[in-house]
Amino acid sequence: VRPAEVEELLYREAELLDRGRLADWLALFTDDATYWIPLEAAQTDPFTTASILFDDRRLLEIRVRQFTHPRAHARVPPPRTVHQIGNVRVLEDDGRELRVGSTLVMVEYRQERQRVWGALVEHRLRRTPDGLRIVAKRVDLANADSELDGIVALF
Amino acid sequence: MIRAMTLDVRSIKGLVESDRVHRAVYTDPALFELELDRLFGRAWLLLGHTSQVARPGDFFTARMGRESVVVTRHTDDTIHVLVNRCAHRGSRVCDTVRGHARQLTCPYHGWTYATDGALCAVPLPDGYDRPVVGDPEHALTRVPRVDTYRGFIFASLVPEGPLLDSFLGPLRASFDDLVERAPDGEVEVAGGVLKHVYRGNWKLVLENHNDAVHPAFVHVSSIIAAREQAPAADGAYSDIAVRQMLQNGAPWEVWERTGLWAAPHGHSWMGDYHDDTRLVAALDHPVFAEYRRLLERRLGREGVARVLGELRWNSIVYPSCSFMSQFRQLRIIQPVAVDRTVVHAYSFRLKGAPEQMFRDTIAFANVVNGAASPVLTDDLEVYERAQQALGAGADDWLYLGRGHGGDVADGGGLRRGRTGTSEIHIRNQLAAWLEYMTAE
Repeated sequence: VRPAEVEELLYREAELLDRGRLADWLALFTDDATYWIPLEAAQTDPFTTASILFDDRRLLEIRVRQFTHPRAHARVPPPRTVHQIGNVRVLEDDGRELRVGSTLVMVEYRQERQRVWGALVEHRLRRTPDGLRIVAKRVDLANADSELDGIVALF
Repeated sequence: MIRAMTLDVRSIKGLVESDRVHRAVYTDPALFELELDRLFGRAWLLLGHTSQVARPGDFFTARMGRESVVVTRHTDDTIHVLVNRCAHRGSRVCDTVRGHARQLTCPYHGWTYATDGALCAVPLPDGYDRPVVGDPEHALTRVPRVDTYRGFIFASLVPEGPLLDSFLGPLRASFDDLVERAPDGEVEVAGGVLKHVYRGNWKLVLENHNDAVHPAFVHVSSIIAAREQAPAADGAYSDIAVRQMLQNGAPWEVWERTGLWAAPHGHSWMGDYHDDTRLVAALDHPVFAEYRRLLERRLGREGVARVLGELRWNSIVYPSCSFMSQFRQLRIIQPVAVDRTVVHAYSFRLKGAPEQMFRDTIAFANVVNGAASPVLTDDLEVYERAQQALGAGADDWLYLGRGHGGDVADGGGLRRGRTGTSEIHIRNQLAAWLEYMTAE
């Protein structure tokens, strides 16, 4: 895997989210994928400590379907986002899967309010016949332990 | 229409009628300040659980209306609630959410307090015209009343008022329920604190938690999204979340049948509307077999039937707490401003129960209390929409009429809604609000 291929995937993922193409975004994930926003920075386990969000593939599909429902009140109107990805590094590569670290700054706008989020992100990517796919995505928000209002955008 | 609120007793009494309430109760900043004095400044407020201060020297910080307080366990094992303000120059002494310390030292001039609040050291002690160390006048202010019920720590900012037992009344059974479900007869706070905030009045969340009509509308998108999902293998992590979303779409007969009880002092609880074997231990899913066996060792067969037969959804201890004894979740409600409310959600581990049950507790916490939950986010959205709409005064009144006139006396000061979809709990909360706000 060339570093450019990894960056290309992360940028494409960001673009799909920013353009609201959630079904295409979901297609980047493997069937056994997880998407995680831990509550604690050093959290090692999503099963014995609560999370701001921890979705397996099934919950992720429900989430994406909910997001496009006309009466998903918190998403009417939906937020608009701009993802800015930086510091992309391949941390590990065992030939089958890669662990990739990056930073994310995301601007979110909804209902006359703009918010800025910062996060340290880690992707676990798998080589598949269709190219790189996301097996696990972990988003450590800078303000994970703060008092958060509802999150209806995807990082 | 009331444009500029006057806050004498007579005008406050005019804000709440038997089946309607004036919007000022949710939007008026002066009334909010008065609530901090008269309601949050008087009532027993839930601060936490003794497992958060298990050893002497353990402490955590909490809020009581506008006060920041430190809850400590002292060397003699007593629990103290101390106003988090240095007796010297008023700086906040403790800025750590939770921790362990022999003493608390103010960061400003180093005044140092024991964990019972006594001043034990100051710099340059000879610089005062009389000794300050050991003088009770220079101790951290102790919150006048502190008491516990089944390990839950309550405090009140005034020295007089009903005893905690009498304040809780029939709601003691909800705390009993949470604790009795533990095979070892004890629970502990575990698994992190989920925190959220919404731009709305604190009453909105307490009114919503026992409102059996809202799920079909507020949560329609997650109900439908869950219904359209193919079932997964039993025991998957997502099971608990999916089942909760589906249950929110229970038919009207189920909600109507669900009991809803109102108690003195504004408290209430709702019976459980779940018929899901994977969520409700009383039902016959094999996953709970080992748990029932462990529970039976302490309680015997009849005791288990009695404890698991207690089916409660949210119990509300007005005005600070909403908890789920059966599902081991507890939320502390903190008013920040007339239009800003913070909620901290705790999970409990049943001591002696199989580990899988705690994992289910965490999965449940994520779907009901996580800031990105597909369920909670829609609740927060409607609170905020309500707050915005209530800010305008073309129409001053909110209607609380569902089930009005149909409340049924149920013994021991309890009243029961005619059906589970009654708004009895909201009328009951506002009646208590009026009592606090107009007491001499």
